[in-house]
Amino acid sequence: MTIDQLTVFVENGPGRLLEITETLSKAGIDLRALSIADTAEFGIARIITSDHQRAVSLLREAGFAVSTTKVLAIGLDDEPGALVKVLRILADESINIEYLYAFITRQKRQAYVVFRVENNDAASAALAKHGVTVVGVADIDGA
Amino acid sequence: MSYFQPEIECASRETMRALQSERLRKIVRHAYDNVPFYRESMGKKGLTPDDIQSVDDLPKLPFVSKDDLREAYPYGLLAVPRSQVVRIQSTSGTTGKRVVGFYTQEDIDHWDECCARAIVAAGGSKEDVVHVSYGYGLFTGGPGLNGGSHKLGSMTLPMSSGNSDRQIQFMCDLGSTILCCTPSYAAYLAETIISGGMRDKIALKAGIFGAEAWSEEMRRDIEAKLGIKAYDIYGLTELSGPGVSFECSEQTGMHVNEDCYITEIIDPKTGEVLPEGSKGELVFTAIAKYGFPMIRYRTRDISVLRRQPCSCGRTFLKIGRLMGRTDDMLIIRGVNVFPSQIETVLLQEGCSPNYQIIVGRVNHTDTFEIKVELTPEMVADTVKEIEKRENDLVEAMRSMLGISPKITLVAHRSIARSEGKAVRVIDNRKI
Ligand SMILES: [Zn+2]
Repeated sequence: MTIDQLTVFVENGPGRLLEITETLSKAGIDLRALSIADTAEFGIARIITSDHQRAVSLLREAGFAVSTTKVLAIGLDDEPGALVKVLRILADESINIEYLYAFITRQKRQAYVVFRVENNDAASAALAKHGVTVVGVADIDGA
Repeated sequence: MSYFQPEIECASRETMRALQSERLRKIVRHAYDNVPFYRESMGKKGLTPDDIQSVDDLPKLPFVSKDDLREAYPYGLLAVPRSQVVRIQSTSGTTGKRVVGFYTQEDIDHWDECCARAIVAAGGSKEDVVHVSYGYGLFTGGPGLNGGSHKLGSMTLPMSSGNSDRQIQFMCDLGSTILCCTPSYAAYLAETIISGGMRDKIALKAGIFGAEAWSEEMRRDIEAKLGIKAYDIYGLTELSGPGVSFECSEQTGMHVNEDCYITEIIDPKTGEVLPEGSKGELVFTAIAKYGFPMIRYRTRDISVLRRQPCSCGRTFLKIGRLMGRTDDMLIIRGVNVFPSQIETVLLQEGCSPNYQIIVGRVNHTDTFEIKVELTPEMVADTVKEIEKRENDLVEAMRSMLGISPKITLVAHRSIARSEGKAVRVIDNRKI
């Protein structure tokens, strides 16, 4: 099970990120998670929304270069060392993490971590073997 | 094969030469009698209209340069009473003064015919819906193709440039079959059509693209994206506008409308006329244009001239794809750089042909940056992949140009376009 992440190229400059979030909020699309990687010249916004397909077409219409990346998400128990345990599993299975970001849902008071790995199937299998299940977008919906 | 005016387009060499000689004699006399500039420049060479009897006498005449036109602004080259002028068009005048062209009704009729021939050569007829997305107004692109389409009797959509959503809407709703615009705008519309999932809803079969130099790679790219055949068209405001020459189904160079223009190729340094097949600067003499006569006009465009039978049946000579403009060439860190080379690399690397070159000078050294628009396919979710893309481009540019630019990837569609004509070069050097 994977989650669709929006990837948007953002030139560094005031207002571009605002434009993205406004485009989505005006259409009633909620942001589930947002993370930005930036360099001196540009940024890459990675976004998980409540309605991926519609978000893609809205942003394209607004003139953004957007692509879709399949990522994995897991829920974390609210206890010390929960993330360490997961990272240990992946390291032991030689699964390289390109990047990850975490977010907390308000209602469920649950933490989630989004992973971008080379091979989603291998990573899911490795996690499952150690009793960690990946979640779908429905699981984090309504957050 | 169909033609708009077969008796002219497929005329024998002898017939065409006789027509050209007759028209040349008349236009030289007209210019000499009515324009002090021509009287003086011919006088300096000891020439009178009687010295020009046929096409063979053409090399005796002095050249006209763009600077001459700028100095003549506004009315210096007008050759008819103002009451006979029915239209004015003008260059955008990005450097120095504008060039203003004056047209009599007869001049417009000839211009329209030249453009109508181009539309027919691209497969057009009365049955077509001709979608003109060149800018209208002073720019000659819109009025030229509009006039040609009107003359042919096709349904003409005077869209002008910009407002791409509306362009595509009309294209779908009215079933446009022939698109006329700049190649960069065609590429942009193609991207927009594809990203909007509208490719199946358009009925385009051909495109007539000019007013900018473009590469064969860019042609194939647009053709594949829109499912059309893309034809080149050439012209300059100084010579009426688009329609000086046009491509036929063979797509191996543009036929010059020889009943209206005599073509020469010269060595840009010495002014010497070069034999057929040589690469040099195009020089045109407009022989059917009376408001604003243009005799031996140096275009600064570099091309090749060929006269050989064409499978389309037209006997008009052909000029090759433009290899750049003598004034488009940039000298960066002592190296000659043509924007067309940059476009070629971008298309080979699978990038958008929308780019902008920014040249500057810091501590007596030229800075050279190329901004390249990211296409949706190029958006990666990791910094290292995007940086790899930039590095690959720098390497490809270095091997093509001999110098390394700084590559900056910019957001999709963020490079400004004016009148559908992209601003390709910004030179901030103060020399
Ligand atoms: Zn031909």
